[in-house]
Amino acid sequence: MILVFAETWSGQFKKSTFEAVQYAAACASAQGSQAVAVVVGPASAPVESLGAYGAHKVIHLHGPETFETAQHAALIGDLAKELGASLLIVNGTANGRALMGALAVRAEAGVISNVTALPESYNPVRVVRGAFSSKGIEVCESTAGRTVIGLVPNALGAKDSAGSNAAFEDRNVSASARASVVEQQLASGSIALPEAERVVSAGRGMKAPENWGMIEELAQVLGAATACSKPVSDIGWRPHREHVGQTGIQVNPQLYIAVGISGAIQHLAGVSSSKTIVVINSDPEAPFFKAADYGIVGDAFDIVPRLTAALRKHLN
Amino acid sequence: MLGGTNRPAAILDMKILVCISHVPDTTAKIQFTADGRSLDANGVQFVINPYDEFGLTRALQLNEQLGGTVTAVTVGDAGVEPTLRKALAIGAHDAVRVDAQPTDPMQVARELAAVVSEGGYDVVICGQESIDYNGGIVPSALAELLGWPVVTPCIGFTPEGSRAKASREIDGGKEVLDLALPVVLGAKKGLVEESELRIPNMRGIMAARTKPLTVKAAAGAAAGSAPVSFTKPAGKSAVQMIDANDLDGLVKKLHEEAKVI
Ligand SMILES: Cc1cc2nc3c(=O)[nH]c(=O)nc-3n(C[C@H](O)[C@H](O)[C@H](O)COP(=O)(O)OP(=O)(O)OC[C@H]3O[C@@H](n4cnc5c(N)ncnc54)[C@H](O)[C@@H]3O)c2cc1C
Ligand SMILES: Nc1ncnc2c1ncn2[C@@H]1O[C@H](COP(=O)(O)O)[C@@H](O)[C@H]1O
Repeated sequence: MILVFAETWSGQFKKSTFEAVQYAAACASAQGSQAVAVVVGPASAPVESLGAYGAHKVIHLHGPETFETAQHAALIGDLAKELGASLLIVNGTANGRALMGALAVRAEAGVISNVTALPESYNPVRVVRGAFSSKGIEVCESTAGRTVIGLVPNALGAKDSAGSNAAFEDRNVSASARASVVEQQLASGSIALPEAERVVSAGRGMKAPENWGMIEELAQVLGAATACSKPVSDIGWRPHREHVGQTGIQVNPQLYIAVGISGAIQHLAGVSSSKTIVVINSDPEAPFFKAADYGIVGDAFDIVPRLTAALRKHLN
Repeated sequence: MLGGTNRPAAILDMKILVCISHVPDTTAKIQFTADGRSLDANGVQFVINPYDEFGLTRALQLNEQLGGTVTAVTVGDAGVEPTLRKALAIGAHDAVRVDAQPTDPMQVARELAAVVSEGGYDVVICGQESIDYNGGIVPSALAELLGWPVVTPCIGFTPEGSRAKASREIDGGKEVLDLALPVVLGAKKGLVEESELRIPNMRGIMAARTKPLTVKAAAGAAAGSAPVSFTKPAGKSAVQMIDANDLDGLVKKLHEEAKVI
């Protein structure tokens, strides 16, 4: 049996949840087993939608309304033991990543994170994962009877397969939290970077924070998240949560557009697994061009508004 | 105890443990041994994991405010000692090396839990992730082994008596948590700023030579996984340069060739 954590945000699922459920369903079908999705919290969660992604059953645990690592680890870990789950699937969102280690301890499991593909084998569990900030690919084997698999968001994507109907079970639960959320601030309207399909990223070449309007506009036309290089967040031109690279957020989008970023090795380490990379830089020798699929040599202040207009024309 | 009965006992003399992962420098060219079983460390410079530097700096700041001690710990063979000496040079008071070859985050977490349970620590600070194996597992696994709260990725931490407020990065924003000490943190930039990071000075380097670095026998903790092989990712095919006056051409390629729009 395979258990998958179906994470919610304000009572809703995001693409990363469907991706994890689909991964669990694929593991289940390879093993002739069942995929069970566990939802913790909000009664409003649209649990019926998980069937379409291949969940055989959805267990809805009613109790906690917000995420707290220890509490979630206890609820999901104990369920995994009760059901005798061999695999626990968690997508690598911010909460998912925080959860994996604690969940492995509570469920008496091994854990392999940063996984980018379906298992190569199930007995023993063998998976491919990213290592050395995308500079290496590791094949890793579980040595435990139960394994938590942590996914890289977007590595597989989610396709609504119009799968069968799932069975549902509701349970009232309680588990104590070890910390309480006293305040939450969400940047309104922004798309979370780790799961963004498209990212528009800009660096020191933008010269000053007031020049980001054109970057935001390009992102908006593409439905993309905005990101930046490390020095840009260090000097406070952009918030830290936009910093991508080896020591920032690692992204894995379909499209990564880099504007005025030189392409330092530490930057590339966090973005190089993007499917398609477009680089806009005024310096034809910028190292980023070597890691790009498409390159444009030119002044960002000239190119970006024209690219936005060209995209707008195409997308309308 | 000073003050009224409602006042929580302030933790002065805070005991802090900073867990330090010994990792290849961010500029290192990563190569694997011919048999593909492990990292080829030849010519690789090793450093304190960048996330752990934020943690170490916050620990030293807290120590300056509250007193107490800052201990650095690494699970590793004798080869990690220069990295621990660097932590001592930056300002940690003492260091512990757990004599085991780290192969898996659960093994590391269990070895660290053994160190913590002997030490009476108030705060354990890890990095949110090691940049070598990119596990991101140790902080919450360690906390769960100890039965403590965990805050990761932690972008702010302020003790308030025997409690603390800690900020955590979440997708698209942040949240503030209230908790009772002791706690495990997974540090990230924001816990301190880049500009606050400390680098060793000459006096620190001299002092580090005589600060205690204890070698502790491993508890022999079990691993939950084992690496099988390593390869390098396939390189990108050559870049296609697009004329700056042909942005419609780029849009067309993104649509028809790359199929990303
Ligand atoms: C331990 C460590 C960790 C690090 N981690 C990260 C990380 O996670 N992420 C990260 O990004 N960096 C990281 N760095 C920093 C990294 O080494 C680089 O310094 C950084 O990525 C450079 O940022 P940048 O490209 O914005 O700036 P620069 O290197 O200054 O490049 C600016 C670019 O803009 C171009 N440009 C200038 N004007 C224009 C214009 N008008 N139009 C178009 N292009 C223009 C220039 O040609 C240049 O290529 C790390 C460094 C260290 C030491
Ligand atoms: N061998 C180790 N010794 C001490 N601390 C470690 C070790 N490996 C990981 N850590 C700590 O755990 C954090 C997260 O590591 P990881 O889970 O391996 O990505 C690191 O930033 C360190 O603080």
